Amino acid sequence: MSEVLLEVTDLKKYYPVRAGVLRRQVGTVHSVDGVSFSVGAGETLGLVGESGCGKSTVARSVLRLIEPTSGQIRLDGEDITHLSKTALRPHRRAMQIVFQDPFASLNPRMTAGDIVGEPIAVHGLATGQALEARVAKLFEQVGLRPDQMRNFPHQFSGGQRQRICIARALALGPRLIVCDEPVSALDVSIQAQVINLLIDLQKQHGFSYLFIAHDLAVVAHISHRVAVMYLGRIVEIADKDELFRNPRHPYTQALLASVPIANPLAKKLAPLVDGDVPSPVNPPPGCAFHTRCRFAMERCKTERPVLMEAGDGHQVACLLNDGTGRSQ
Amino acid sequence: MADTSDLVLDVKNLKTVFFTNSGLFKAVDDVSFTVKRGETLAIVGESGCGKSVTALSLMRLVSDPPGRIVGGSIMLEGTDLLALDEAAMRKIRGNRISMIFQEPMTSLNPVIRIGDQIVEAVRLHRNLSTKEARNIAVEMLHLVRIPEPARRAREYPHQLSGGMRQRAMIAMALACRPALLIADEPTTALDVTIQAQILALILDLQKELGTGLVLITHDLGVVAQTAQRVIVMYAGRKVEEASVEALFAAPKHPYTRGLMASIPAVPAPGIAAQERLNEIPGTVPSLVRLPKGCAFAPRCKLAVKRCEAEYPPLADWGGGHLAACWRAADVAEVA
Ligand SMILES: Nc1ncnc2c1ncn2[C@@H]1O[C@H](COP(=O)(O)OP(=O)(O)OP(=O)(O)O)[C@@H](O)[C@H]1O
Ligand SMILES: Nc1ncnc2c1ncn2[C@@H]1O[C@H](COP(=O)(O)OP(=O)(O)OP(=O)(O)O)[C@@H](O)[C@H]1O
Ligand code: SF4
Ligand code: SF4
Ligand SMILES: [Mg+2]
Ligand SMILES: [Mg+2]
Repeated sequence: MSEVLLEVTDLKKYYPVRAGVLRRQVGTVHSVDGVSFSVGAGETLGLVGESGCGKSTVARSVLRLIEPTSGQIRLDGEDITHLSKTALRPHRRAMQIVFQDPFASLNPRMTAGDIVGEPIAVHGLATGQALEARVAKLFEQVGLRPDQMRNFPHQFSGGQRQRICIARALALGPRLIVCDEPVSALDVSIQAQVINLLIDLQKQHGFSYLFIAHDLAVVAHISHRVAVMYLGRIVEIADKDELFRNPRHPYTQALLASVPIANPLAKKLAPLVDGDVPSPVNPPPGCAFHTRCRFAMERCKTERPVLMEAGDGHQVACLLNDGTGRSQ
Repeated sequence: MADTSDLVLDVKNLKTVFFTNSGLFKAVDDVSFTVKRGETLAIVGESGCGKSVTALSLMRLVSDPPGRIVGGSIMLEGTDLLALDEAAMRKIRGNRISMIFQEPMTSLNPVIRIGDQIVEAVRLHRNLSTKEARNIAVEMLHLVRIPEPARRAREYPHQLSGGMRQRAMIAMALACRPALLIADEPTTALDVTIQAQILALILDLQKELGTGLVLITHDLGVVAQTAQRVIVMYAGRKVEEASVEALFAAPKHPYTRGLMASIPAVPAPGIAAQERLNEIPGTVPSLVRLPKGCAFAPRCKLAVKRCEAEYPPLADWGGGHLAACWRAADVAEVA
């Protein structure tokens, strides 16, 4: 990997669960439960996992939109976990986010041009004609016409609105863009437009993505490396091709086997896990996957596997084969 | 048609329109298809192309106003549903033809226990004692592989997980052993491991019960893994129909072809990663202002003058592979 841009170490985010008239704490949501990963400069790290496994909580913690319970977030080597609002300000420029819902994340009363130009104005980087020119350039970069700057969000289609969000994220010349399900709400034919745009922009500007999606094919297409989460933990990280061709964690294997392949001659759907994901409120002890794992051993119920090097660039958190998972 | 004896459903020239503030539009325009006993027909297409309205039309559940079925016929086991009054339709709905939805809470009542809902559904159509119906309910919950069905029958919908609720809805829909099940995006809201479980369940039950299945989805992967035949819809029309093998081997309509090339593939041994995804330029047209000719023309790389002027008729390109495109013969070479 190239030089490290973002490094997250043992990140935890817990929420108390309260009940009753006294609002006594009756449990703890382990939204993110000890997650470590890094993102290199110019690299795209995909983060996949099922609903509620903690992907958005990781994203929001990295951006310091929420305060982590513990752990460390380093940007360019500097620990930003506990920086004050003012001390964080220069770093805010370096990190941007694009959300899933392009409808909810745009102010309906602002013109598209003002939405994109706002961060530039807020940081006092340009005003008047200079601002206008920069916004026009951003519009062109994301495939919108500068004359559309005067239009309001409702005058754009879903895919175009996502382009507006991307232009806004680009406005301050970020080094890291966190994309939280950026194409999930879009139609297939529009998805491809936005994915291609994201890839092209990265090639031009060299920034990094932390790319979150539940669609494995989309993640596979855009990422260089992929991390798989389950119940608040990362169970496997590997280079994209390695992860998809030789998954080593039983959960990664089950996840991949569940993806319906768009080829009627390909192998048939094989549900490799039974039952549902357990609640992150007081999750199972030991390996959090042991309640659904077909290879679970007695010790998986008590011993928590840690993410370890497992060869071929895989990091795996599974007790099988001395902590290296299993080959398929 | 050669053998029509095991046809469960025969839809001909279905047309459903909406009268709205922005004008009248045809949400389903001249759509025909059939479903055999035990067969799965997938309806695929992007948001707003008319999949759900087609399904609701089959159930005679299109809200009027603003919608109305204005043409065609829907023969279910030899009976034209469009000729029935609402009382007669109520006897068929949930009995001979059932529907499941993306969001299970649209068909589950939050304040009634799961078991009681199935009992009610069964007793509406069959003359059974409460006890007999209760046994059927538990049996159905068992059939959809809900663990401890007798205990679960006494629970309320909110006590079940999303996947379990979907199973309960399937149990209810199949309780009267309908001839046709319509599943409208039944797994779209579910996680992929749960989706695989539910799809496998639906297909197993369908085989076991011989039910005809109309499966609505926007996911070509789901189509490839579940259906025998597919219809592709665009802007209210059926633009292509084929066996699932024929469709994926050689799509005849530029839209289908574009759609297939725009989805990323999961890397697998023997499958090369795409460099770049195909983009279909532009967006889906508004149904209120459809072009005069082919609705796909503004986005189509192959469009010629004729496409803008005349709507292309559905033509058979061999073996029941239908496509509505003036240039279907050139698609393989050009696109
Ligand atoms: N503010 C909060 N208070 C309590 N629990 C929370 C809060 N935010 C998130 N959670 C819980 O933390 C867990 C992880 O949530 P998160 O949104 O990070 O999941 P996700 O992986 O992004 O899921 P999805 O794919 O559905 O977006 C979930 O169980 C969620 O209910
Ligand atoms: N009750 C209604 N009143 C007015 N228009 C409607 C109504 N129901 C559906 N429509 C319109 O009919 C068209 C077809 O809608 P339909 O719900 O069938 O789309 P769909 O293919 O199921 O899309 P999706 O994939 O988003 O579910 C759309 O333009 C929709 O806006
Ligand atoms: S640690 Fe045990 S339960 Fe967890 S994935 Fe490995 S084998 Fe399965
Ligand atoms: S009829 Fe013309 S515009 Fe329509 S899909 Fe065929 S080639 Fe394209
Ligand atoms: Mg999320
Ligand atoms: Mg629909």
